[in-house]
Amino acid sequence: MLIKKPDDIKSSEITDKKLYLTRRNFMRGAALVATTAATSLFYRRFAVPAPPPVKGEKIEGVQATGDGVSVPPNEARTPYEEITNYNNFYEFSTDKAGVAGAARNFVTRPWTIAVEGMVNKPRVFDLDDLLRIAPLEERVYRMRCVERWSMVIPWVGFPLAKLLQQVEPLGAAKYVAFQTLLDPKQMPNQRSRVLPWPYVEGLRLDEALHPLTILASGLYGETLPPQNGAPLRLVVPWKYGFKGIKSIVKITLTDRQPPTTWNISAPDEYGFYSNVNPKVHHPRWSQAKERRIGEFGLRDTLPFNGYGEQVAHLYAGMDLRVNF
Amino acid sequence: MFSPDIKFTRFVLFVNGLVPAVLLAWDAYQRKLGANPIEFATRATGVLTLIFLFVTLAVTPLRHWTGANWLVKLRRQVGLYAFFYGCLHLLTYVWFDKFFGGRAIVEDVYARPFITIGMASFLLLVPLAATSTNAMIKRLGGKRWAKLHKLTYVAAVGGVAHYYMGVKADTTLPLLFAAVLALLLGFRWVRSRMDETPKNATLDIQTRPR
Repeated sequence: MLIKKPDDIKSSEITDKKLYLTRRNFMRGAALVATTAATSLFYRRFAVPAPPPVKGEKIEGVQATGDGVSVPPNEARTPYEEITNYNNFYEFSTDKAGVAGAARNFVTRPWTIAVEGMVNKPRVFDLDDLLRIAPLEERVYRMRCVERWSMVIPWVGFPLAKLLQQVEPLGAAKYVAFQTLLDPKQMPNQRSRVLPWPYVEGLRLDEALHPLTILASGLYGETLPPQNGAPLRLVVPWKYGFKGIKSIVKITLTDRQPPTTWNISAPDEYGFYSNVNPKVHHPRWSQAKERRIGEFGLRDTLPFNGYGEQVAHLYAGMDLRVNF
Repeated sequence: MFSPDIKFTRFVLFVNGLVPAVLLAWDAYQRKLGANPIEFATRATGVLTLIFLFVTLAVTPLRHWTGANWLVKLRRQVGLYAFFYGCLHLLTYVWFDKFFGGRAIVEDVYARPFITIGMASFLLLVPLAATSTNAMIKRLGGKRWAKLHKLTYVAAVGGVAHYYMGVKADTTLPLLFAAVLALLLGFRWVRSRMDETPKNATLDIQTRPR
């Protein structure tokens, strides 16, 4: 191997020390900047996506509800942007901030809803006909998610009871089963096996007929954006949010307690009733408190989500620890 | 053999390790953490803890395959970053979820395996961080120190289990983490099995970095 002795190298060939250091510093600076930029980009991929623009149409002729039904005005309404960008709608994405983007092009017209089973007059409703059954009202409800967060949402809808009256349930009917659209082309996450599809939910008939139980087609006076369950969803304010099945295509009256998706998925964690109850804990977290979206501290969770006066009688004599 | 200027490389690593924390704080300040910023911060710091922990566990296999022994000189810093993000993760829980309520925390740790395992895994990292200095390595002696630091394996398994138990239904990411961890630990298992083989089969051991 040829190793040049110091004398062999002409002094003119030796890189000036100053220049050498400048070059080295430049390379180092470049390495630092490049790696930092790469790390930042990598982190950014997993950060919260910017909310996509939402387009709701104003619903005409929405009536105000009578006193005592809506949440008192001292509980602030959750801002529209947060209601529409923090969603559990696993058909589109399991990332709550990602549902809005994934559901952006969901087509909700034409849309039909079949109401069938143990009824005198089964019928397939066109959505627009269904929305004319009863006047649409604004109902400001608390919504408590089983994951310990909550919102106050001004829904637009009408009591489910009005729809059930139209089809005349048989005397033997004891339960109402609901089903979400099954369409993996539009709901991409239905290709995954996160949950068994289609999503199904159920209520006891007296729960379904309760005046607080509504079918909602809008929020903040506008039609529901896809991520919130367009075009029509169930809202049962005293139950955990997942009972509020979205994008409904079928309602079936039955005499047997219908299967419900989360109960199938994890029977020890999610019961059929799923009434909001600060004393019955989820196996993995306490349900005593909740974080109201937009607030820093935690609120105490109220029995039946604060609707106990109206609904507690439905469960008289039942052990709510067993029937959770 | 490439061997970088360790001092400078450590500095690059130091800056890069801070990037997620700085961006998280910046996004929080800009109110860009979504509707439930505390949930996001908790999840992000938890995942970052696991990522840094995994990087420390990747050093030994990488040395084995590439012969880049200098990597080991960076490992302590990565491990300390895992501890740093673990502390932030715990802080989001203790502060924003329990508001420093000692009783509520004890109750949670006692009653909920998901919390118990997470807390235990964090506590395992404490002695590792505490014995990370050169002086402590000397005091313990290299062998005992290395033995103690095998707790990293337990903490990583516990951390992944905690992650798995924490998600509601979509276990894709926790399972991905579990698969990577299985590879990292599987490498060690295979190597230890090879060490046990009779003396005449030492070829592999010789090529292994010391």
